[in-house]
Amino acid sequence: MAMGLHNSDVKNPVLRWVDQRLPVITMMQKEYGTFPTPRNFNYFWNFGALAMINLVVMIATGIFLAMHYQPNTVMAFDSVERIMRDVNFGWLIRYIHMNGASMFFIVIYTHIWRGMYYGSYKAPRELLWMLGVTIFLLLMATAFMGYVLPWGQMSLWGAVVITNLFSAFPVVGDFIVTLLWGGFSVDNPTLNRFFALHYLMPFMIVGVVFLHIAALHITGSNNPLGVEPKGPQDTIPFHPYYTIKDTVGIVVYLMVFAVLVFFMPNYLGHPDNYIPANPLSTPAHIVPEWYFLPYYAILRAVPNKLGGVILMFASIMLWFALPWLDTSKVRSMKFRPVARFLFLLWCVSFATLMYCGGKPAEEPYVLISRLATVYYFAWFLVLLPLLGRLERPLPLPESISRAVLGIRALGAGPMPAGAAAKPMEKA
Amino acid sequence: MKRFLKIAALAGAVLVAAGPSGQAAGEARHARDGGFGFANLFGSFDRASAQRGLQVYKEVCSTCHSMNLLSYRNLTEIGLSETQVQGIAATFEVTDGPNDEGAMFQRPARLSDRFRRPHPNDAAARAANNGALPPDLSVMIKARHDGANYVYSLLTGYGQEPPPGMTIGDGMNYNPYYPGGQIAMGQVLNDDQIEYTDGTTASADQMARDVTTFLAWAAEPELEARRRMGIRVLIFLGIAGVLTYLVKKKIWADLKPA
Repeated sequence: MAMGLHNSDVKNPVLRWVDQRLPVITMMQKEYGTFPTPRNFNYFWNFGALAMINLVVMIATGIFLAMHYQPNTVMAFDSVERIMRDVNFGWLIRYIHMNGASMFFIVIYTHIWRGMYYGSYKAPRELLWMLGVTIFLLLMATAFMGYVLPWGQMSLWGAVVITNLFSAFPVVGDFIVTLLWGGFSVDNPTLNRFFALHYLMPFMIVGVVFLHIAALHITGSNNPLGVEPKGPQDTIPFHPYYTIKDTVGIVVYLMVFAVLVFFMPNYLGHPDNYIPANPLSTPAHIVPEWYFLPYYAILRAVPNKLGGVILMFASIMLWFALPWLDTSKVRSMKFRPVARFLFLLWCVSFATLMYCGGKPAEEPYVLISRLATVYYFAWFLVLLPLLGRLERPLPLPESISRAVLGIRALGAGPMPAGAAAKPMEKA
Repeated sequence: MKRFLKIAALAGAVLVAAGPSGQAAGEARHARDGGFGFANLFGSFDRASAQRGLQVYKEVCSTCHSMNLLSYRNLTEIGLSETQVQGIAATFEVTDGPNDEGAMFQRPARLSDRFRRPHPNDAAARAANNGALPPDLSVMIKARHDGANYVYSLLTGYGQEPPPGMTIGDGMNYNPYYPGGQIAMGQVLNDDQIEYTDGTTASADQMARDVTTFLAWAAEPELEARRRMGIRVLIFLGIAGVLTYLVKKKIWADLKPA
């Protein structure tokens, strides 16, 4: 072995030559081959891989769309319809991209939900979690700008409403809005910069995803029990066990995706976006895409504009603080009966906000939005911090392998409180 | 597998919850179901109906409404031959140019031309229509909630008594399916107004149905190809799904407790 060369196990001489100089094969083998992974993942652990696939799909289809799209207010709408009609398989590429945005949010919301339910954000995975929230924010910005590009009525008016939010900030507000617009109204310069940023941001997401995964491979994955693996008996190699399990999930995900793309491509969109943008005619109801509805409902629940904007941004910024707001040492909600119930109630409040966000800003929706908003924030700021101190969690299993391999033989069910130490010991 | 079904159910629930919302379009009445074949999950466009619809568009709608996204060549997709379409195109004069002398000139339309616009620009269209702008119909069916049924209901929704207390504006018409109930377009389809070349009786309902079919095709010309591909993709994924699941079970079998 010459000096300075990596000590490679690869047999093939050509690959070995490469691997000695740039050990990518060794790295892949370590990170995705033998990588020790908890043996007890459920299918919720598919969604990270699904998000990765979705990102690749979006970038691939997006690049082809960009080859045909015209970011000009006069031509944008027609250029999109030209893609639908005259570009070979253009309708397929565009419908995949359009519904891919919705799929992305379905996947990412499930992924975030899983992190919240199983306490994946807790030490030592705080930074991993925060990088994830960063990805989510970038994703929202990218999706918002992408929705503006077809330059339909909802594109224009959605952009008007959302960019105007920044004007609520004192002193700098108007400056920010002018900067976003590139002028004094949402117009051609806005469309141009949104297109440029819409093309840029996915690659920023790729960068943060890399960091997200790098951090994941330091701490290792959480698991449904929330108990760290204690030895080799608790883990299995990533390949083939989780490569094949992820593949099963990918096929199911593709089936849902295909149903949307091929049979109901416009179901999640708003028909108004097939009306060319008209600055002189405001739609009766300006509704953002479904994945923004909860935050839109929070915005409208507050009677004061600045207050609404702050609360809306805070509703996601709070996620960054989640590792510290949750004071419980127990990760998985499986062992926190009270927190589990209150968390599921929080999910109901989130769904309620999503529902109300799509309704006109009138009673009873405003009142319902307010109640749901109060609970949304109370969960993070009051209930979570208190629960860690007040709640008595169920006893945790001694180890993953004990729980997974022994629980059926012994009969499942909550252990008597206080029998915390070794509840799974065989008699 | 149970968890896996749970996830699928969750995804389904999100789709349903996230579906069309906030569409309450003023006081408009809910559209009548036109019973269109293409509205079915595996349905296709009735070619004969679409061709009759083209005739309705040509002889009635096109006086005011443009279809800027369509070219004459597209018409071969509803079962007309190239020669037939050339004949249809040739009946329209379009502006071309500039020629070698720098002048614009008129010539009969060709397959590659876009549908001729009834008015040179929006201002001219407004001037000719009492200030109202007849919208372009290219993607109309996609641009309205429940588009096909809406257009069909709208076209057949004239001649009803406005509810008491409602005053209809000058030059406006009552139509319960239009948001607000008042529409600038008058009743344009009347029984036997045109003579169908295929001998079908041109009742107002028949014409509304036919032109809706034509517009539905115009809005989504890819619909049939899309559904055909969708069925293939789902069959492929279904088989792939079963195989992957079996492989997964086999691989995981050695992890089961002894």
